[in-house]
Amino acid sequence: MTALLLSLVIILGIVSIVQMLRVFDLSNAIKGTDEIHVNNQETNNIRWAFVVFFVGFFAFFIYLVAEFGDQLLPQSASAHGVDYDWLMNFNMLIITIVFVVTHIILMVFIVKYAKNVSPKATFVTHNNRLELIWTTTPAVVLTIIVIYGISTWNSMLMDKPEDSINIELYARQFDWTARYAGEDNILGKANFRMISATNALGIINSSTIDDRLNQYDDQIAELEASREKVFPGGVSDEEILDKIILVKKNRSAVLKYEEQSKNENFDVADDDILTKVEFHIPVNRSINFSIRSQDVLHSAYMPHFRAQMNAVPGVITNFYFTPIVTTKEMRKITGNPDFDYLLLCNKICGAAHYNMQMNIIVETEEEYNKWLLEQPKFNVAQAQ
Amino acid sequence: MAGHKETFITKYLFSYDHKMISRQFLLTGTAMAFVGMAMSLLFRLQLAFPGESFAVLNFFLGDKWAPDGVLDPNMYLALVTIHGTIMVFFLLTAGLSGTFANLLIPLQIGARDMASGMMNMLSYWFFFLSSVIMIASLYVESGPAAAGWTVYPPLSALPQAMPGSGTGMTLWLVSMSLFIVSSLLGGLNYIVTIINLRTKGMNMLRLPLTIWALFVTAILGVLSFPVLFAAALLLIFDRTFGTSFYLSDIYIAGEALDHTGGSPLLFQHLFWFLGHPEVYIIILPALGISSEVISTNSRKPIFGYRAMVGSILAIGFLSFIVWGHHMFVTGMNPFVGAVFTFTTLLIAIPSAVKAFNYLSTLWKGSIQYTPAMMFSIGMVSTFITGGVTGIILADAALDVNLHDTYFVVAHFHIVMGLSAVMAMFAGVYHWFPKMWGRMLNKKLGYVHFWLTFITAYGVFFPQHFQGLAGVPRRYYANTEFPLFDGLSDISYMVTMFAMVGGLAQFIFLFNLVYSMFKGPKAPQNPWGSNTLEWTTPVEHIHGNWPGDLPTVHRWAYDYSKPSKDGSDYRIPGQDFVPQTVPLEEGEIDGEGH
Repeated sequence: MTALLLSLVIILGIVSIVQMLRVFDLSNAIKGTDEIHVNNQETNNIRWAFVVFFVGFFAFFIYLVAEFGDQLLPQSASAHGVDYDWLMNFNMLIITIVFVVTHIILMVFIVKYAKNVSPKATFVTHNNRLELIWTTTPAVVLTIIVIYGISTWNSMLMDKPEDSINIELYARQFDWTARYAGEDNILGKANFRMISATNALGIINSSTIDDRLNQYDDQIAELEASREKVFPGGVSDEEILDKIILVKKNRSAVLKYEEQSKNENFDVADDDILTKVEFHIPVNRSINFSIRSQDVLHSAYMPHFRAQMNAVPGVITNFYFTPIVTTKEMRKITGNPDFDYLLLCNKICGAAHYNMQMNIIVETEEEYNKWLLEQPKFNVAQAQ
Repeated sequence: MAGHKETFITKYLFSYDHKMISRQFLLTGTAMAFVGMAMSLLFRLQLAFPGESFAVLNFFLGDKWAPDGVLDPNMYLALVTIHGTIMVFFLLTAGLSGTFANLLIPLQIGARDMASGMMNMLSYWFFFLSSVIMIASLYVESGPAAAGWTVYPPLSALPQAMPGSGTGMTLWLVSMSLFIVSSLLGGLNYIVTIINLRTKGMNMLRLPLTIWALFVTAILGVLSFPVLFAAALLLIFDRTFGTSFYLSDIYIAGEALDHTGGSPLLFQHLFWFLGHPEVYIIILPALGISSEVISTNSRKPIFGYRAMVGSILAIGFLSFIVWGHHMFVTGMNPFVGAVFTFTTLLIAIPSAVKAFNYLSTLWKGSIQYTPAMMFSIGMVSTFITGGVTGIILADAALDVNLHDTYFVVAHFHIVMGLSAVMAMFAGVYHWFPKMWGRMLNKKLGYVHFWLTFITAYGVFFPQHFQGLAGVPRRYYANTEFPLFDGLSDISYMVTMFAMVGGLAQFIFLFNLVYSMFKGPKAPQNPWGSNTLEWTTPVEHIHGNWPGDLPTVHRWAYDYSKPSKDGSDYRIPGQDFVPQTVPLEEGEIDGEGH
């Protein structure tokens, strides 16, 4: 019923507009007015309407700054972030000036050269000197922006401190795990073929290699057994054979690690520490994040620290920063006792992309060490 | 072609005539745009009123994708994806280039038709077929493609990663392959026609800027679309034939996948190698159209014609070496980031030159505020606003905190959704008389303009603030983070502006359809324009000119040109000099005077 009434309203609306237009056309024909060209009255209304619009636009801009300015990010929580904020403010100032000045010029020209007050145009085709000026001036300004920007970029990425604490951020649909490298500050190796119910990150050490090989053996045995129970309409023998081939392939990749472990010490993984939901970092120490993904692209976005780096399956990416404001301090600064630093996912990764987060706690080094001691080490957690 | 018997099918459906094809592109592009716009209104409902129930969502999406009227998160991502795909490709590439290149190239260069009418017709029908398949993908049981319009693998390669990456993604790839064929057929035709079929006297520096822009656009398309095709092909291989171009070390849905050695970054390089020129394929025709509309309606030559040509060429060239700025935070070598920062900021220079030349065209002009002119002014304003935020994003260091946030969404919508769309509207209002032989209603045009200009800025300007506050894009809801609670008012405001703006477009649609049939008959040259298209009869004929092709003696911008003997105008009683008027004794053509 509603649909019918709605359709009726729309149809009647259209009919009435059509009739109004026909009345306009008829009255124009009678009056002899020209509906195509713009008369002086309309020109005058429109030029002032543009002024009202642009003044309103500037007012809107100011309103947005006043109303939401304090919702923007607070001061930088990282060392390089301070440089970042200076660079941002510098650029914002330049573009705001360009925006305002060009729009004022536009407004003035709209008013001054409207047909009703400027009935004849002046035939000017070009001015090479002006072209030179407005080519070289942006070029100079942009050169400064480029140099300033690239030097900030270099200092953000090419100067990793030697005593950085290594932490891995492991992304998957739809959560994060943080892995600490332990006292040796070396993250244990990992591989996707090692992932199992008891080893979510696929970490490699002597016991996980054994476990995984056993699991693969069990899987192969199961699949072989199921070959005898094939029935029409179910999984075919061919499909089971294909699965067995794949599992054997994965198994032999893991076997390679067993051989490698004779020369390489995989037990550096033993003192790694895994945490979910939140991770802690000490203030004024450089943290080097290794970022991995299990399945699709994700991105480790930590806006308070001015940090972002994609998590790419098949690659270990990297970003480092030094936090300079503890969580307690930031709670005072923002006046929000519930404030927490955040790690968000910032690359579309599926349905729950909007809810893939971890809290980050920045504290003093003593508090951090105390917290770390309370977390189970990887080989201990495995044994349980 | 003259004298053959025309049926409804040969005249309206399978026409070889460029003028009919241009109308087909406009109507199909507009129809797709309304679909894309409807999608944006649906997902904006969810953003402004997160988790709330709306009957209209259930009406359009059914019980599976909007159970109890609440939008499903997978369908949210699907709507965002198809909205982006439709708007970027179907509206702003095919709809914009397809319409105006087809209409204006033969008419403004003085040719009978495009070099190949057959290829031209095929270009439209591949576009139509591509549109049908894209719409069909909406009805697939597992849902349409939902990995974003950029469809990065592995998300877009693995059906187990999200339902939309199943059949929906396959159809997306089929549709886009056909779309690319359409674009290439069109682009090749435009290039060949402009080079070979210019009429006597139409040398390159007498071409209207619209043609220069469409020419460079076509070259960009021909060089870059094949790379997208390659990217799509490799993705099809990874999805269907077990290859590992983009995939490595993936554990998903409980199993380790049998793909090693590939990299998702390969796709991004291939995609953006098209993706960046693509946005210039969108904006260059818009800039070309604006040059025409602004100079005609200011009764003044476009200021700095040669500088404008130079900047079109510079933008075209530079557009090929900036693609990496979409990949600053992917883990590329930092040195590469520095290089792309430099090249991206370079492209700001010719863009600025164009903006200043538009302003200078207004200076000392005599401006007629037709709807077309007002949309062109809107285009200039939004080109500047959107362009300057590009300077922020071009800086790799600054992009670290802004990549994939609403700041990027605001930037590209203002340059594409506002600037390019406004130019497209300007083009339609300006050339509707040439396309349909009738006039669009001026008053409705004014209403359409003001509602669009106000609401469009209202939608996208506040999003800069969300981006600076760290709000990511492609988020189904911002309610999971207390950090963003204070900005929910912005989401609400944006949605309200969007609703009103969306409704306003129906005024344009009504004007378009009504005027096609009942609009007042157009005069020969309603805007007093110099270019050749206004010398053809108002009623279309195949071959455009009834007798010989016109001969061109001057450039396209002799507006308000004084006569050599000091009197006000070169031709007494009118303030313009069409391109076909011969030079008088001692008169200099073009910029010299």
